[in-house]
Amino acid sequence: MLALGQDEIAKYPFLADAGQYLKDKGFTLEQFGTDPDLKSLIEKAFNRIEVAADGKIYHSDLIGDQASNQAALPREVFSFLLAIVLLKLSGMNTLIKRFALAEARRAEKYLEKDLANISDESKKQLAIRVIDDLFSVQIKKQDDYFVIPVSDYLKHSINFHEREWKLINRHVENGLVFLTPHETVRLIRKELGTYISSKIINAKTPPMISGFEESVNKLISMSKKFATYTVTTGEYPPCIKHAIEILEKGENLPHSGRFMLATFLLSKGQSIEEIAPLFKNAPDYNERVTLYQLNHLAGTSGSGTQYSCPSCEKLKTQNLCFVIPECDNIINPLQFGKKRT
Amino acid sequence: MQENDVKFLEDSFKKYYFEHFDLIHAPNRTSEREFGFQKFNSGMTRHISIKDDKELHLLLMQNIPSDVYCSNAYYSFPNLPMNEKDWKEADLIFDIDAKDLNLECRKNHTIFKCNECNEISTNNNNCSKCNSIKLEKKSLPCKNCIDASKNEVSKLSKILTEDLDVQQNNIHVYFSGNEGFHVYVYDSQFQQLGSRERSELTDYIMFNGAIPETFGMKKFKPSRSSFPDFEEKGWRGRFSQEVYGSKSKRSKIISELITNGYSSFQKTLEGISDKIGAKIDPNVTMDIHRIFRLPGSLNSKSGLTKILCNDLPKFDPYTEASFLDESSVEVVANCPIEFKLKNRKFGPYFNEKVSIQTYAAVYMICKKLATIS
Repeated sequence: MLALGQDEIAKYPFLADAGQYLKDKGFTLEQFGTDPDLKSLIEKAFNRIEVAADGKIYHSDLIGDQASNQAALPREVFSFLLAIVLLKLSGMNTLIKRFALAEARRAEKYLEKDLANISDESKKQLAIRVIDDLFSVQIKKQDDYFVIPVSDYLKHSINFHEREWKLINRHVENGLVFLTPHETVRLIRKELGTYISSKIINAKTPPMISGFEESVNKLISMSKKFATYTVTTGEYPPCIKHAIEILEKGENLPHSGRFMLATFLLSKGQSIEEIAPLFKNAPDYNERVTLYQLNHLAGTSGSGTQYSCPSCEKLKTQNLCFVIPECDNIINPLQFGKKRT
Repeated sequence: MQENDVKFLEDSFKKYYFEHFDLIHAPNRTSEREFGFQKFNSGMTRHISIKDDKELHLLLMQNIPSDVYCSNAYYSFPNLPMNEKDWKEADLIFDIDAKDLNLECRKNHTIFKCNECNEISTNNNNCSKCNSIKLEKKSLPCKNCIDASKNEVSKLSKILTEDLDVQQNNIHVYFSGNEGFHVYVYDSQFQQLGSRERSELTDYIMFNGAIPETFGMKKFKPSRSSFPDFEEKGWRGRFSQEVYGSKSKRSKIISELITNGYSSFQKTLEGISDKIGAKIDPNVTMDIHRIFRLPGSLNSKSGLTKILCNDLPKFDPYTEASFLDESSVEVVANCPIEFKLKNRKFGPYFNEKVSIQTYAAVYMICKKLATIS
């Protein structure tokens, strides 16, 4: 395990051993439920989850990568650890998924910043070691770039759908791929999210702690609200399910995939307000743009043309088709599941 | 194939195997490989495991296979069914075949044999005698085919060594025994890659999927300085050499490219992919469970040996891969194309009885252009 400084744990709290951290600081979980001075941290933790559930990144008290004051650092770590306790107590998997994703995004920002840090070599080294330890990707600095072996690059890049990630569109030399700090971190985004969520899933669920009940109950009712947004029911064809999965994982769905998903759901009678939240996890999500585009597709703005869902054949050439026997030779995803006479 | 043809081929193959154990070795880490073979007029037997050269030679003598294969993959249990083999890693392999190169010369030495009436013609749609459309394509590759295939091998080698850090001595090139070359890469960083990763690697090697941005061309306001330089390494360098032609033309060509616009640039990329990419068969490289023709074994499409090419530019398959008997045999040959083996010219034969060397008879019978009389 990496030896971490206080400010580093604040940036990457998922690297800390939660039980050990509390012990080292001289606290027990029960204290947070009862001690009036510590109770505010539960609210902070709740807030951290609430922000994540909303598809946003938790805005921490860290300024740049420095804490505004020394006391803020442990609070950062506590709020993360307590958030996990709250999530475990609530048992709501949709919230765990959203929380892990938002925390991964948050860590991604710091990793990128640390990698690009020219003045502090130790920060850069730490980021390189985090990436190596967690994801077995060995990166080295070479001039202005980070280089990784082609074989390591391929293992991660095959999960991307955009052409710019194809090896042919990368600078390759001597068996190495050249990446910017941003690209380096982007390459391991999925693994970072998986790492954090597996850490949460594998954490032990403690018995209910007095003083935690209220926040836990609020989480349970919050997740019910999200349940209406999760639209994966058995009736969707595999291409649509795949697109929803990609968005849920926070991966980038290509434009053609977003077009397919939106037109499909619009045709199924869903409203723009129901569809828009699906795109919240997209790496380049912008609420205003999403609503504009959905309105355009629905024909409620612009030319007034209502766009229809692309045919299976078209989706095949766009690599969006994941045909299964149940598709039964339909020619458009909208026909999926309908009995044909 | 007729019984007496099969017998003749089996006798010739058996003699070859018996006399050339020196050419046929089980690849290293033998016991981790899967072997397989085919017999004339019969299906494939695979999931075989072998200990050493001795066991391999025994298998050859007992079965007299038409074709012998060995996996590029290493398994814990090579003789179990596929999903129980426990795949460990696989050498990187490439197949370059003259028939995939769209060569001009092909039409001069490709013929069609009717499966209904055995008529041989140059008409590729239907039989000129009985009008059947069940035609079998037969080709007798020429020097041009071999040279073009060698050129693809060189392109591939260059990409492997320059871009992908493969050591030259870890690249082994074999003549496939028919119309092309098989390339093996040992001890590379790619040994453990799965099928999807290897598929990405084939796109890289074939120059598939390149986007204009990679070569400096943007949809809006492209900047001259982001276009590649003539001396650059990798694909940007190869692009420059192909598209600019010479260093002095760089500036002029960039102006043209910018004027012609983004989608024209995309077409340029697609257009040069055949020229600068190495034409490999992607299915072979991305298959991590393949059994690939065993070096030193005979190819039943020709009777020639799959043999290591130590000096590729000078390599001549029609002298160096032909190991069969010189003794004469009488055949009825229907081979309207002339061919050359061991520096001797044969044909054309028009449904005639001829007495020729065994190696030439085997060559034609393998291509179904002759039968034992």
